[in-house]
Amino acid sequence: MHMNPRRLLRGLALVSALALGATACGGSDDSGSSSKPVSAKDVDAALKKGGNLTVWAWEPTLKQVAADFEKEHPAVHVNLVNAGTGNDQYKALQNAISAKKGVPDVAQIEYYALGQYALTKGLDDLTPYGADKLASKYSPGPLNAVKAGTKNIYALPMDSGPMALFYNKKVFDKYKIKVPTTWDEYLTAARALHKADPKAYIANDTGDAGETTSLLWQAGSRPYKVDGTKVTINFSDAGAKKYTAVWQKLLDEKLLAPISGWTDDWYKGLGDGTIATLATGAWMPANFATGVKGASGDWRAAPLPAWTAGDKASAENGGSSLALPTLGKNKELAYAFAEYANAGKGVQTRLKAGAFPATTADLQSSTFQNTEFPYFGGQKANKIFADSAANVASDWSYLPYQVYANSIFNDTVGKAYVSGTKLTAGLQSWQDASVKYGNEQGFTVQK
Amino acid sequence: MTTLQPPAAATRPPTPPPAKRDRRSWTGWGFIGPFAVVFAFVFLAPIAYSIYLSLFRTQLIGGTTFVGLDNYQQALQDHQFWDSLARVSLFLLVQVPIMLGIALLVALALDSGRLYGKDFFRISIFLPYAVPAVVATLMWGFMYGTRFGLVSDINDAFGVSLPNPLGPDLILASIGNIVTWEFVGYNMLIFYSTLRVIPHSLYEAAQIDGAGQIRVITAIKLPAIRGALVIATIFSIIGTFQLFNEPSILQKLAPNSITTDYTPNYYTYSLSFSGQQNNYSATVAIVMGVITMVIAYVVQLRGMRKGA
Repeated sequence: MHMNPRRLLRGLALVSALALGATACGGSDDSGSSSKPVSAKDVDAALKKGGNLTVWAWEPTLKQVAADFEKEHPAVHVNLVNAGTGNDQYKALQNAISAKKGVPDVAQIEYYALGQYALTKGLDDLTPYGADKLASKYSPGPLNAVKAGTKNIYALPMDSGPMALFYNKKVFDKYKIKVPTTWDEYLTAARALHKADPKAYIANDTGDAGETTSLLWQAGSRPYKVDGTKVTINFSDAGAKKYTAVWQKLLDEKLLAPISGWTDDWYKGLGDGTIATLATGAWMPANFATGVKGASGDWRAAPLPAWTAGDKASAENGGSSLALPTLGKNKELAYAFAEYANAGKGVQTRLKAGAFPATTADLQSSTFQNTEFPYFGGQKANKIFADSAANVASDWSYLPYQVYANSIFNDTVGKAYVSGTKLTAGLQSWQDASVKYGNEQGFTVQK
Repeated sequence: MTTLQPPAAATRPPTPPPAKRDRRSWTGWGFIGPFAVVFAFVFLAPIAYSIYLSLFRTQLIGGTTFVGLDNYQQALQDHQFWDSLARVSLFLLVQVPIMLGIALLVALALDSGRLYGKDFFRISIFLPYAVPAVVATLMWGFMYGTRFGLVSDINDAFGVSLPNPLGPDLILASIGNIVTWEFVGYNMLIFYSTLRVIPHSLYEAAQIDGAGQIRVITAIKLPAIRGALVIATIFSIIGTFQLFNEPSILQKLAPNSITTDYTPNYYTYSLSFSGQQNNYSATVAIVMGVITMVIAYVVQLRGMRKGA
């Protein structure tokens, strides 16, 4: 065989160089997003013309919505892709945006992660599409979240998670403990419960960034202030002090079960009375019904305990939106789909499937509020959730890189859960690490 | 007549090189070609790409810029990186001698010929190596649990309160235990196979000289497996510096005991997958690779010199 190795080597070098070059350029984010208004006529025309629409979402109720949308607009084909849940999808999306290839037309993004994409110009401002006209439809928490600290609207709210206190009534009745209405009463209840049954705890907690930030939110703390790329992080305001005062006692007296959320042990604990309460978003009932079947009838919902007696302030925990990545195509179709799913007929479809609305009209509707939850012994729990939604303080903002910040929560604040480190010191080192990362990423971050 | 005759040899014109020599033969390249291609793509290209990546910095705000050696400078001053390196170094100094010591003892015991059921013993010591690290870690993780599993059962049964193996103070030792369990069999096999090739005549000579078992071990067996010991040590150093599976899986069970910068490898993983700092992650990986290479090389040099 006669082969010219020099040419071979040259070819090889060329191929490697190409491979390097192809992956090398991916950074500049100056893709021109048009800001001229998109009229309803444009959208209608696009719907008639049809085309393919790629939607990245893991929300299960969207499947039916996509099918209905296709039925209504036969020319449109919706390709609903589950690119992973939460963080996994964000990694994929960030990679696609960096590579400028394979970016979906519509993406599901949780509220806490929205800022990262909005500020790096990864998402279209939906105001020119007419999203500002939909603003009044949404309850304050989600609406504030999709603005990501700006005046623009970067996504349409899909669902929301106004917080409530879920409690195991059976356990509270058994030990004759009053359901707490303030966090101080919560602490008293925690002591009483653990004393009555050393195996039972008021709650589980092994350090959860989402939970902590939500409770800080409710306590009136505003640790993150975001103004474009100028960020301030401060975990030592009065609200944070209220939170740490109560939580430090819960930790010191070992009143929190060392069980991580969403584990087998956790589901078991919710079922057998080991974990007596759960302060979380209103999307929880569906998870109770499927994950903790055995305890059906034991649990009830109550308003989230207040930091000062009589205060009604609430907070959001979780929830997500549909956004249009700048590099996606078929903008008019994409917006039409997001609007259909989150402000149009899709909302009812998703509510029927068990989703929790972000739209005020649905939250206030009597059918919604009068829905009886068999799991909660027939309680009309939506009334509590709707009240909570109305009382969410709307001036909260997450960091534009909250996804990363949450990933190092246990490195820093987690120390307070397993060693002598105080919660305030843990929050302080979380603050320091977040400041450091933000500055490395080109933000101007101050303490 | 007086003309000086140069030596005959010098006068002879140099023999022209064979004509073939002008056209270099590429046949040899043809043979290593397939290897070279694969080697270039799976070995050299990733390294080259990592080095290339490490010269840039991508920011959420500001995009990608060329920063030269800034990332390296940052890595050298990064206490998170050095802390994780110190952690695996401590692990190396404690766990590796224990693991190799046990492996050596077992290998000598098997080789002594005084063991009943030798084959069964050998295979059962080796078996943990056949268990995937992920499965092994999960299995041990469940045993360590103080709310479920073995530790909790012991606590309940005897009414004691054992220290939590997943707590921040004991977690490194717990990981060491898992790694020891996994790799004793593997190292034992390296030692044992070396012991098997020692010529039997040496033992006979020792017997004639009246040497006992201990003397046979110190004078014949240990010197004979010195090379294997060095190899096993180098493997263990590399393995320790690359520690990743065990901490990353136990992190789910003990989220507050294992930080995302627990070992150098876990740190690079977190940097690129949670922090999107691929460039810096590549830098840390390269620095760590160089450190590993240097240490392994020094151990090899020292080990071999002693053996000579």
